[in-house]
Amino acid sequence: MSTQPEKAVEMVNIEIDGRAMEVPKNSMIIEATDKAGISIPRFCYHEKLSISANCRMCLVDIEKSPKPMPACATPVMEGMKVYTQSRRAIDAQHGVMEFLLINHPLDCPICDQGGECELQDLAMGYGRSVSRFSERKRVVKDHNIGSLVQTDLTRCIQCTRCVRFMDEIAGTNELGLMGRGDRMEIGTCLSQGVDSELSGNVIDLCPVGALTNKPFRFSARAWELIARPSLAVHDGVGSNLWYHTRSGSVMRAVPRDCESANETWLTDRDRYSHFGLNSEDRLLEPMVKVDGRWASVTWDEGIKAASRALRETVTAHGGASLGVLMSPSVSTEEYFLAQRMARGLDCPNIDHRLREQDFSDDAARRQAPAFQSPMAAIDDRDAILLVGSNIRHEAPILGQRVRKAWRKGASVAALNPVDWNFHFSLANKIISAPQNMVGELAAIARAVATATGKEIPASLQAALVGIQPDESHKAIADMLNGGSNGMLILGQVAMAHHQASWLRQLSRWIAEASGVVLNMVTNGGNTTGAALAGALPGQGVGGSEAEQGLNVREMLATPARTFLLWDIEPEFDMANPAMAKAALATAETVVAVSSYASDNLKACADVLLPLAPLAESEGRYYAYDGQSFDVERSARAAGQSKPGWRILRRLGAELELDGFSQVDISGVLEELRAGIGDEGSTLAEAELAAPGSGDDLHRVGEVAMYSADALCRRSEYLQQTVHADNAFVGLSPDDAGRKGLVEGSDVKVSQGEGRVILPVRIFNELPAGAVWVKSATSVSNELGDSFGPINVEAA
Amino acid sequence: MMKRVIEYLRSLLLLELLAGMGLTMRHFFRPRITINYPEEKTPKSPRFRGLHALRRYPNGEERCIACKLCEAVCPALAITIDSTENDDGSRRTTAYEIDLFKCIYCGLCEESCPVDSIVLTGVLEYHMESREEGILTKDKLLAIGDRYESEIAENRNKDAAYR
Repeated sequence: MSTQPEKAVEMVNIEIDGRAMEVPKNSMIIEATDKAGISIPRFCYHEKLSISANCRMCLVDIEKSPKPMPACATPVMEGMKVYTQSRRAIDAQHGVMEFLLINHPLDCPICDQGGECELQDLAMGYGRSVSRFSERKRVVKDHNIGSLVQTDLTRCIQCTRCVRFMDEIAGTNELGLMGRGDRMEIGTCLSQGVDSELSGNVIDLCPVGALTNKPFRFSARAWELIARPSLAVHDGVGSNLWYHTRSGSVMRAVPRDCESANETWLTDRDRYSHFGLNSEDRLLEPMVKVDGRWASVTWDEGIKAASRALRETVTAHGGASLGVLMSPSVSTEEYFLAQRMARGLDCPNIDHRLREQDFSDDAARRQAPAFQSPMAAIDDRDAILLVGSNIRHEAPILGQRVRKAWRKGASVAALNPVDWNFHFSLANKIISAPQNMVGELAAIARAVATATGKEIPASLQAALVGIQPDESHKAIADMLNGGSNGMLILGQVAMAHHQASWLRQLSRWIAEASGVVLNMVTNGGNTTGAALAGALPGQGVGGSEAEQGLNVREMLATPARTFLLWDIEPEFDMANPAMAKAALATAETVVAVSSYASDNLKACADVLLPLAPLAESEGRYYAYDGQSFDVERSARAAGQSKPGWRILRRLGAELELDGFSQVDISGVLEELRAGIGDEGSTLAEAELAAPGSGDDLHRVGEVAMYSADALCRRSEYLQQTVHADNAFVGLSPDDAGRKGLVEGSDVKVSQGEGRVILPVRIFNELPAGAVWVKSATSVSNELGDSFGPINVEAA
Repeated sequence: MMKRVIEYLRSLLLLELLAGMGLTMRHFFRPRITINYPEEKTPKSPRFRGLHALRRYPNGEERCIACKLCEAVCPALAITIDSTENDDGSRRTTAYEIDLFKCIYCGLCEESCPVDSIVLTGVLEYHMESREEGILTKDKLLAIGDRYESEIAENRNKDAAYR
């Protein structure tokens, strides 16, 4: 954690190794030396963590000081003279290294950290060649802390970086330091695993091999790996990462510093998802269904079959009989070429908002980017209201930033359908069943109106009938108004809500009236890119006007004759899997371009073309706040799969459309950039029908964190974590009591035709009227809307 | 002039011939240094660098821990290793291959090995009949190790004082 003062930095003059320098007052010596490029050995100091000064490796010699001082914990003072290379400093560092090596095992050859170990590196410079210690070394028992992080605690040097990370950044306090002296060891406080969504970062923080990457264990050495810069697209944060590859395949992922996105952290979802790349059902070659049986074909034949299907439908029934559905996490070039192809075929029906249900404010929505302020600015907010957001799971890096703001003193409030376990405490919270969320938000709007004296526009009056704010609504309104720098976050739950338009419209006015920014956490890794490239009905490249087409919901409600599915698994990636499956079953032809061929996709598709996922592909991705990242290919594409833009280029050329003659991806990007202005996103006022409410049970179908997309659903290591345990139906104690259901009993859950039997779990975190059945899991894919009425009865 | 006359007279005595004959006779009675290979063999240093082998511990456990130092140090990039976690949680190789056509028999692999697993034996008489036989797989290397273990161990003992 930086100790530099925020404003009006006062400088002091110091001298390090004879070099005079001016540094901020109250900063530490090690910050000055790091900046000046003078290297000081250290283990426990980390820029992003608090200072503990317990490894003592950074001892330096300070003039007039009786003893060597730790550079990481000694603030600079006017006229201070520091010697990092004096005899006394070097002797102190050698002495510390000898102590550290006393209990460190000599197992570098079998240690995964070997070759990238800070202790190994520094022991080369500061260690003795032969140990003087001939007594027994200590041995520490290992803990199994889950499927992601391997412990070898005998190797631990008690730097406490992991403990401080868990306390300060992850906020889960899951690791602690027990015992004293040479019995001191790292342990889980309650002998459970480490379940944080950011747990993998302790691997990077650990300077020795005490915490290593469990799935990667023993599979490669640091020196064999080639680091290739890439990006994680399970959320729209745009987490920069390195894929470490060996002979063309991804062996592991580590974070790549990017202060404006992921800082130095990486979520577990981003770190471990690549293990799904080579899953068994990976689609490796183009396939065509002939008389109900799948036949492998060449790319030429596959492209011909796909283009014939599209062309025949359009010729016979017009462009409107075609529907193009795209994953919200593919590259911008793919969106651009896909919408060009669709519009070239006179088909206005193209959409990527697969998990959304309510599109009634579509005309007022010019989407891109979804955030009004940079992600990094979240850190400095002083009032944050979360509306329908389990931010820790939706975008763990954003959750971490909200926590950072909270640690700096921001008040955070939430209006959620579940009292999710956040790593920050909520100053105010309103936990309301999904069907009542609009009413609660309207009450907040009314409280804001009272507090600011601003008038609520007529378009919102329909939601305000009979709504009176109570104390908690007023407190939230005061919190937003009181702050100078507030923010309202509409989470993925709100965006997927069955009354999302109302939540957006009310939030828009609340944000405007109380002068805070409105950030929408859309569902998908490149929704900003999709909107910029015009993969939306009625919105062309750069937000230009386009012929109004059908949105996802309309496409599925009145099924098109032919569907083009781009990297979609209909049973997992849609807001209403039952509806999607029914629509695809009635469609005449389904062309699916996908990285994986699940049985469900094989059942509904007629042509399958293998798509290379991001690690094996290239393209430009936009984060929530509009910053762009260009990604190059990291790994060899499996089988015959090809990058999406190449498939579209060939498909477009085969269909004899204009604008498909690019020779490389930069050609596509150039054409795309010509169309994009710098207009931000706008959410205008929209007239909406009065929101209904319901007394019946409504489903809270948040997307399970490790089921967000096809890749992480296939990562076996993520699926072994507690977050993948989603086979349950959550009920509030009230509802369970009313229906006479007890914890663990099986119940029949049904939505329309779809029904599943699941065990009940009773949560005090749930309000009456809410039924918690997560989306995108294998147990819930028979059901209907993620947010909507649901029936629960004893089985 | 005088010198040339004396040289002429000496040449008549065939002294060079006698000296040559003397050398021949001296060597005729000396012990011979050529041997009848392969019936007879020259002695080898315990440090001789011949065919590669992977060793086991006396209890039969493979020594190799897949640290990949030999792979990293090999100047000819002749070694390829794949590793994984064994059933008992230990670090083990799944593949260990040495390409004999690339190997330059420098012995750095042997020197880098922390567990004395990869060694160069004294075996120098081997041949291949096809290209693929030039790749020593893990099974072959272990088999060579098993076969020559006593010899390898003896050579290590002889050299132990200098290592």
